[in-house]
Amino acid sequence: MENFINIFVQSIFIDNMIFAYFLGMCSYLAVSKSVKTANGLGIAVTFVLLITVPVNYLLNQYVLSEGALKWASQSLGGIDLSFLSFIVFIAVIAWIVQVVEMVVEKFAPALYNQLGIFLPLIAVNCAIMGASLFMQQRVGDEYHSFSDILAFALGSGIGWWLAIVGIAAIREKMKYSNVPKPLRGLGISFMITGLMAIAFMSFMGIKLIN
Amino acid sequence: MSNFKNGLKIFTAPFNSGNPVTVLVLGICSALAVTVKLQPALVMALSVTIVTGFSNLIISFLRNTIPNSIRIIVQLLVIATLVILVNEILKAYVYDVSKQLSVYVGLIITNCILMGRLEAFALGNKPIPSFIDGIANGMGYGVILVVVAFFRELFGSGTLLGIKIIPESWYVVVDKSTGYIAEGSGFYLNNGLVILPPMALIIVGCIIWVHRSINKDLQDK
Repeated sequence: MENFINIFVQSIFIDNMIFAYFLGMCSYLAVSKSVKTANGLGIAVTFVLLITVPVNYLLNQYVLSEGALKWASQSLGGIDLSFLSFIVFIAVIAWIVQVVEMVVEKFAPALYNQLGIFLPLIAVNCAIMGASLFMQQRVGDEYHSFSDILAFALGSGIGWWLAIVGIAAIREKMKYSNVPKPLRGLGISFMITGLMAIAFMSFMGIKLIN
Repeated sequence: MSNFKNGLKIFTAPFNSGNPVTVLVLGICSALAVTVKLQPALVMALSVTIVTGFSNLIISFLRNTIPNSIRIIVQLLVIATLVILVNEILKAYVYDVSKQLSVYVGLIITNCILMGRLEAFALGNKPIPSFIDGIANGMGYGVILVVVAFFRELFGSGTLLGIKIIPESWYVVVDKSTGYIAEGSGFYLNNGLVILPPMALIIVGCIIWVHRSINKDLQDK
């Protein structure tokens, strides 16, 4: 339980997807003009991360990594399929996004209307693919169990959500300020994100995972 | 002749009014993370250029046979295959750089420049112009990467491509016994902030600022 909370807090604040790794910047800058839509996208990303990362973890543990196929038969123990991981991960993500879209449309139409156009866009959001790749890289040294992976997925999603809602709120207020003309829009958003990242850097150096 | 002019127009657009990073806001994730040093930035720029060029070429050849409803998954598969090839080649020939780039090689798959160019250009154009468009967009992205990496490496580490640029005699030396600056030492220190992630964002912001001051058509109202 302690480990779960440590990884959860670490992935929200210290290893924040946006401020430490710049993942998902494209949609972060494109969909952060109002808090309401930013909120919708944040929920969608968290939701999809929470499903795709554990599924990719299971695939990595039982199919892709070296010697993972031992459970099927002893003779398959020497096979290393890790070079296939990019293509498998992206296929899983595209497939899950599609399934999630159908399920949400059928069973939660209100949520579907809120998420609307964002769900299909998530398939090519770097944060989703990035989380799966980081999971693959860290599994074994930092993350040891399924609950660690769940904590990482949930924490990364919430960290991303926090970041996009934060910048959207600042951009809404920025409409009333006198920004130099060439900086308006994109330029100033980059700089504000940089300043927010400096603020988040105060969490750096705190080590929660042993 | 008009063919040549057309090709030239396709080729030059990504360097100015159609730059994928500063104007179209595509592919920023990796643009920021791999720019601490110049060498990984160059390798990344080259990899992306190759993948954009060849994925545009392949999809353009296939454009009349791909059913519209499954085109996204076909595009993703073509891109993922090319990225796996690039990753294996990097691992074989420049292992150190491939370790530094870590997950960001894999993230070329979800780099929006690729899907963006496939959807916007390759699906509706002949193979040769598509190939030029892909290469040019990869290079337009690479230029930004190299500029950011240039400033970050020069001011953050005082080197370029690992070669010392700022002379050793300029550096401040601290006298260990007193804890003060030693007499007769230099006046310069590397800027540690430039190496950290936030500065990448601020440098890109500055590039956009300069670009939009020169090219006034791009400014927001």
